[in-house]
Amino acid sequence: MAEAIVTLTDVEKSFGSNLVVQKMNLDIEAGEFLTLLGPSGCGKTTTLRMIAGFEDTSAGSIKVQGEPVEDKEPYQRDVNTVFQNYSLFPHMNVYDNVAYGLTIKKVPKDEIKTRVGKMLELVQLTGYEKRKPDALSGGQKQRVAIARALINNPKVLLLDEPLGALDLKLRKQMQLELKRLQKRLGITFVYVTHDQEEALTMSDRIAVMNGGVIDQLGSPKEIYDHPKTRFVASFIGESNIFDGTVQAVDGTLLTVETPAGLMQTRGEGFAVGEAMHISIRPEHLLAEKQPVPGFDLAGRVKDFTYLGTAVKTAIDLKDGTEAKFSRIEQDAECAEGDTVYVHWKPEKSVAIKKTAG
Amino acid sequence: MSGKTKAKRPGPGMRRRNLRRNTLPALAQAGPVSVWMIVFVTLPTLFIIYISFMSRGVFGDVVYEFSLESYQTLLDATYFKVILKSLRVAVFTTMACLVIGYPFAYYIARKPREQASRLIMLIMIPFWTNSLMRLNSWLLLFQTSGPVNNFLQWAGLTDSPITFIYTDGLVALGMVTNMLPFAVLPLYSTIEKLEKSLLEASSDLGASPAKTFMRITLPLTFPGIFSAIILTFIPALGIYTVSDILGGGKVLYIGNIIKNQFGQIRNWPLGAALSVLLLAITALLIFIYTRFAKLEDMEVV
Repeated sequence: MAEAIVTLTDVEKSFGSNLVVQKMNLDIEAGEFLTLLGPSGCGKTTTLRMIAGFEDTSAGSIKVQGEPVEDKEPYQRDVNTVFQNYSLFPHMNVYDNVAYGLTIKKVPKDEIKTRVGKMLELVQLTGYEKRKPDALSGGQKQRVAIARALINNPKVLLLDEPLGALDLKLRKQMQLELKRLQKRLGITFVYVTHDQEEALTMSDRIAVMNGGVIDQLGSPKEIYDHPKTRFVASFIGESNIFDGTVQAVDGTLLTVETPAGLMQTRGEGFAVGEAMHISIRPEHLLAEKQPVPGFDLAGRVKDFTYLGTAVKTAIDLKDGTEAKFSRIEQDAECAEGDTVYVHWKPEKSVAIKKTAG
Repeated sequence: MSGKTKAKRPGPGMRRRNLRRNTLPALAQAGPVSVWMIVFVTLPTLFIIYISFMSRGVFGDVVYEFSLESYQTLLDATYFKVILKSLRVAVFTTMACLVIGYPFAYYIARKPREQASRLIMLIMIPFWTNSLMRLNSWLLLFQTSGPVNNFLQWAGLTDSPITFIYTDGLVALGMVTNMLPFAVLPLYSTIEKLEKSLLEASSDLGASPAKTFMRITLPLTFPGIFSAIILTFIPALGIYTVSDILGGGKVLYIGNIIKNQFGQIRNWPLGAALSVLLLAITALLIFIYTRFAKLEDMEVV
């Protein structure tokens, strides 16, 4: 494991009686792109603001390069932030905005000039020096905000939903640019977002947060393929999730009884009678005209949705739950109203332990 | 109608007709306001300017003969001194209102909305109270046998009562308390609009609170500061009730003199000339203000 540049140890934050972040432990490695992902109110922005120094920790310690920073003010910390609403200084032009950090540090004027020039080149805004923030588009403002933070050579760059205000197309473009920038500069990025697709696209590692705790920390692939909790399975990508109890264990093959019917999955450490969850991605679902051994999931084809790259089929199961089923092409054999038998390869589904939460 | 014959003619006639067609509706829209402004602002102002160039009759009446006498009187050392003194007090009042009002407005603006409106009410209640009552209560507080002197003597800070009333000091206190709301309100409204995240961004980029204040807060709240200056300086220069009551006729400012010239002394032309001088100072300030405002706009583009 690479050297940790930011370490959070048992960090807690409460606003009044409201515990927003609970006992958080997190090592952020030097040079990685780490995303804090979660729904609004999960504590991801609060965590970021504690690293930046805008919020005090209620308990625990935060270290940047091994040095405790809890008692340091934001202006004494070697981290910089890109804010959600850009927060460019409206009375300064692009040049002065980008130069701000260096001006404060009393860097010689000539050096500021060359460094600002290089930074604007990096974010492709050369020629915009004299513009006021009001005269920039959303994407341009975002680039200025990034340049303004990066010019200080921070050890860590904190980004608080920086692309939230941009339209979809621009957001996709900026995602790629940010990722390339991060690779090129080798600076640690800590990125906060509620957009799981964005997190999967950009991150080296994702920390999925829910209710003030990290549910799962891992690479995008780990998190997508092997969600550890029901929340992670439902939050990341599309998934069919069934709640049931283990009926039979045969090595790693589990037969599970659910309200929708009988199904199979693979997992270790489960006992007969144990309550658990099964998650299966829509693209791994299969449907047959005949019943399949090990499965008892009869359903009626409800409708088809054509998405260009895939066809989504909704199947009503017997307990009323809707199974999402995604295929490259629509096969001619099944039509709306047909009865089909749903199944999957057991190893394609994920067996999830039931947690207290 | 003559319009028909004019319409056939090309050139200036046509233009005039177009002009009339466009200006008439415009005038009609602005009409009621224009009439109001003309009757209640422009005409009285012109009349004041007119009278300032007339001369004074033996019985204090206005003799309608052109004369520069009033303006010559203004250059007299006594009047000049009063004008300077008035300017000095107005500047002092404005500065004091800014120095007290800015931190106060900042404090209110950083409070949650509900608390902020309550604090604003605290400022507004005395503002809505009759000013004569407010001024007289200052007199009661500070008079020779008033609570302030009693307290000072009881605390052993002074042996004999201090004369507060009818002094420049008390007038200044009255001016500042009188003008403070005019400073706090515009300051509050600009500081309130200041985004907290801008201050966070500045701190994030390494600026200490003092540097953030000088480089971000102050420049961004400058419009409020300038409004506060205009709104306190102009009334402070012309007001006479404060110096009349708290100064007891011993403390004379330009406002008192104007009032006296139109009142007891009955020298309308001189009073008018002094008023014109006040108008000129005010107009100059507003001119500077609009130039500032325009510059700001132009920089944005």
